[in-house]
Amino acid sequence: MHVPDGFLDAPTSVATGVVAATAVGIALGRARRELDDRTAPMAGLVAAFVFAVQMLNFPVAAGTSGHLLGGALAAVLVGPWTAVLCLSTVFIVQALLFADGGITALGTNITLMGLVTVLVGYLVFLAARAVLPKRLASVPLAAGLGALVSVPVAALGFVGLYAVGGTTDVDLGLVASAMLGVHTLIGIGEAVITFLAVGSLVAVRPDLVHGARPFLQRRELTILGPDDGLDGSGTLDEQGTGAEPSTSQEASA
Amino acid sequence: MSRRPSLRWVAAGVLLLALVLAGVVSYYASSSPDGLESVSSEQGFADSATTSSTSDSPLAGYGVSGVGDARLSGGLAGVAGVVVVLVLAGGLTWAVRRRPRPESAEDASATREPAGSR
Repeated sequence: MHVPDGFLDAPTSVATGVVAATAVGIALGRARRELDDRTAPMAGLVAAFVFAVQMLNFPVAAGTSGHLLGGALAAVLVGPWTAVLCLSTVFIVQALLFADGGITALGTNITLMGLVTVLVGYLVFLAARAVLPKRLASVPLAAGLGALVSVPVAALGFVGLYAVGGTTDVDLGLVASAMLGVHTLIGIGEAVITFLAVGSLVAVRPDLVHGARPFLQRRELTILGPDDGLDGSGTLDEQGTGAEPSTSQEASA
Repeated sequence: MSRRPSLRWVAAGVLLLALVLAGVVSYYASSSPDGLESVSSEQGFADSATTSSTSDSPLAGYGVSGVGDARLSGGLAGVAGVVVVLVLAGGLTWAVRRRPRPESAEDASATREPAGSR
């Protein structure tokens, strides 16, 4: 769904550029809470993985293809604010190095595919996770549902922008129904990929899946606590041992 | 309870998968127009698209300019993209991450810059 230059007029492109820049600025601050020494490396890898899977267009209808957008996937794996940073990086690299998506359309592409998909995907994920049984197996399912909904909503987001700043006179109703139809199919592919990717990581290291944490901490505290010390994975935040950093720093200096 | 793979193994696995998908599997991806391209053609606004100002980039269109073999060209471009995204996104998220609180005097002094000992 990479929007090329020329589809939207200058004021709309500037507006989406401001929205994208503001959101990335906020995300830079908020992502800090999601990132530590273990999750930061995962975030870079999730961005690289999303880039790779975005190259894999799958056929969805006669003569039409689609690829993963990755908003719900990244939000569930590394947290929504970090996901915004990861996806924005992907779209910037695609636009600058690969000429995929326009330069003036970069704000539009970050807004639609990096903000809308993350927001919608993560909210649907949270709602589904709250409704589904409270166990780890629900996490990939909820992520898939978030992915499924996120793609057609982003497609409608494009139609909304086109209604405001489209450069060609078109029948918006026809554009909306065509966009919704094809992107519902792409959303099914998005859901399958997201389910498989989240399911794989939940199976091997659920503690590395941001969206799985509420189910883990309770269990790890009561049952798995001793294992954490043995394998050194450090699932839970370690509380300070009581040493006073400020005084020890002065002593060492 | 079986042992879990270490973070290092998981990271290596994800990286290897990304490199194989972008470097090898991408050759077999569908080359049909994507959803937006297809709809813009049907609905008559495809022609308003203008060529990207980065279309003369050596990696434009997911190929390496000057490499004739399509499989090699696309594969190299995919691998380059994975590496660039990993470095940029990984560097950014590493830079903004929460720093662990120093847990003991030794850790605190070991990780500190030698600024205090000038």
